[in-house]
Amino acid sequence: MTREVKNASNGTGWLNVLMRSREASLVLLIVVLTAVTATLNPRFLTPQSLKDLMLNVSIIGLLVLGQTVIILMRQIDLSISSTVGITAFLSGILFVSHPGIPSLAVVFAAILAGLLLGAVNAILIAWGRIPALITTLGTLYIFRGANYAWVHGRQVNAVNVPGSFLAIGTATFLGIPILTWIVLILLVVFAVGLRQYRAGREYYAIGSNPNAAILAGINVSRRIATGFLISGAIAGLAGALWLARFGTVDATAAEGIELTVITSTVVGGVAITGGVGTVVGAVLGALLLSVFSSTLVFLRVPSFWQQAFQGAMLLLAIAVDAYLAYRHALRSRVKWSRV
Amino acid sequence: MSQNQTSTRRLAGTVGWEAILVTLLVIAILGGTLLNKDFLTADNWSNLLANFVEIALMALPLTLIVITKEIDLSVASILGLSSSLLGLLWDAKVAMPLAILLCLLVGAVCGALNGFLIVRFRLPSLAVTIGTLALFRGFAYILLGDKAVADFPPKYTSFGIGVIPSTFVPVPFVLFIILAVIFWVLLHHTTAGRCLYAIGGNQTAALFSGVNISRLKTLLFVASGVISALAGIVYTFRFSSSRADNGTGFELSAIAAVFLGGVTVQGGKGTVTGVVLSLSLIEIINNVLTLADVANEILRIITGSLLIISILLPNLIASTRERLRLLQRQREIAKLAAVSTTK
Repeated sequence: MTREVKNASNGTGWLNVLMRSREASLVLLIVVLTAVTATLNPRFLTPQSLKDLMLNVSIIGLLVLGQTVIILMRQIDLSISSTVGITAFLSGILFVSHPGIPSLAVVFAAILAGLLLGAVNAILIAWGRIPALITTLGTLYIFRGANYAWVHGRQVNAVNVPGSFLAIGTATFLGIPILTWIVLILLVVFAVGLRQYRAGREYYAIGSNPNAAILAGINVSRRIATGFLISGAIAGLAGALWLARFGTVDATAAEGIELTVITSTVVGGVAITGGVGTVVGAVLGALLLSVFSSTLVFLRVPSFWQQAFQGAMLLLAIAVDAYLAYRHALRSRVKWSRV
Repeated sequence: MSQNQTSTRRLAGTVGWEAILVTLLVIAILGGTLLNKDFLTADNWSNLLANFVEIALMALPLTLIVITKEIDLSVASILGLSSSLLGLLWDAKVAMPLAILLCLLVGAVCGALNGFLIVRFRLPSLAVTIGTLALFRGFAYILLGDKAVADFPPKYTSFGIGVIPSTFVPVPFVLFIILAVIFWVLLHHTTAGRCLYAIGGNQTAALFSGVNISRLKTLLFVASGVISALAGIVYTFRFSSSRADNGTGFELSAIAAVFLGGVTVQGGKGTVTGVVLSLSLIEIINNVLTLADVANEILRIITGSLLIISILLPNLIASTRERLRLLQRQREIAKLAAVSTTK
């Protein structure tokens, strides 16, 4: 962060600052995209569609928080969508089988279940020494398969879910949906935690250079395990909120959203090679993707185009990250040679 | 290759893993025969061998890619894209041979895109192929949407479901055998094959030994694209159906087969034989369970578990061996210390 400020004062121009600060360029992109779509279709900026936009981005934005912690350490968690699916159905079935159960108890149960599923990943990756990609690809299918076997064609409907719980997904406070408030509060917690606290900095250290992190006395296995526990717990919370948002849950809930989450995180400037990025950027990435897909809808582009665009954006983000890292390396080499 | 001691020892290591696979295979076949009277019938075997073809095809180039320490997650999406394109072209009354050729070409272009991004820009293959997994599947949806094309000419669908006259061997399976032999020769009996091991073992050392890493890797990804497209064509003819979501999730099975076959994540190790054995094992387990009316979702759990176990097991074996070695060394040191103090 101090480096960015220094470069700005070096008089390299606002364009350079924009290039360097992913958050600023994301905000600019979001504003431009919104302005263009709003001029083409004024309905884009009605309160209702803005509320829909916030609701759409909330669950992805929540999952992005956990994924950021993981990707910062050069790991990846593909299994989150299956965890969301299981915990969403768990929340629903708790309301069905125990009418009158407090909503808070259901949310805690979902978080606990997510934590347990995260623990499976954590143990296999941190102590079984299986690469995160392989582990979470495996658990993505294992959890989803278990979910199908458990759900067995059943479905939870909105009528079984108490209105007070569904209100999380519909009611607003100061014009912003409750669901979005939850995400915003957690965003602040994560942003401060990753920036100001020792544990947070350790995630960056592990991703920047795993060997150096070990030599610096960081317990890498434990950090990685904690990361996957966090990701699991977040996915559990997202599962409960998924039910609150949609009301209807079957075995296919949240299938495939891991791609959206990873794309958002990487578009948000969290480098897939680890050690670089912020949660604020990642959530802005989720917002950009969400605005982009609403734009496509408002411009009447067939929904089949969404996935291809998402893939292209992921590739673009990876390429931009690599280019920036390359330029940075070049620049620091020049600097050192002058010394 | 001279028969020096290290190479024989290395051979013993891989043979060990393959021996385990063969044993498991024999157990699976015996179990299947005992559990179900339908297992050892010609009909079932021709079904079994046919079901195995698409994933087995994709696993061949993937084996070579993983040996060089890269990965290709986009194979199943290329399969879907090629299947959709074939349907679209056939619907547009394009002559079938030309349509097939175009599909293979598109597969090559997809693979070249992967290779280009990974080799030219030095991007991690994991990230790139997650991106192209979405991109290529997205293209498939753009081409076909939620439509399905099913009216393929019988001449071609009979290629998909037919068997070689007077045997139970399905025609597409022959295709796999031919390609498996080609890949086996390529990996184990050519200079390029040895170079792949060198890249996986130590990329920097390979570079300084004059291995053209960029060209080999790009070629591998192109091969992966072409063969995935071929798998898409086989799939389309076998089910006489072209849909955008064809083969979704097949990458899991292909990757599971590669790792279960003894190719390591650290690169530089593995054989085509091992992967063919593990493919057979996975398919036979699936077949036995399907015959026993085990639900599809349980099969998913099993494939996922096999993937994890195939890496967890060697890791555990290696770490216990290491621990035993350390323990023995400690004992030796203690013994030496005891001897010196008594002196």
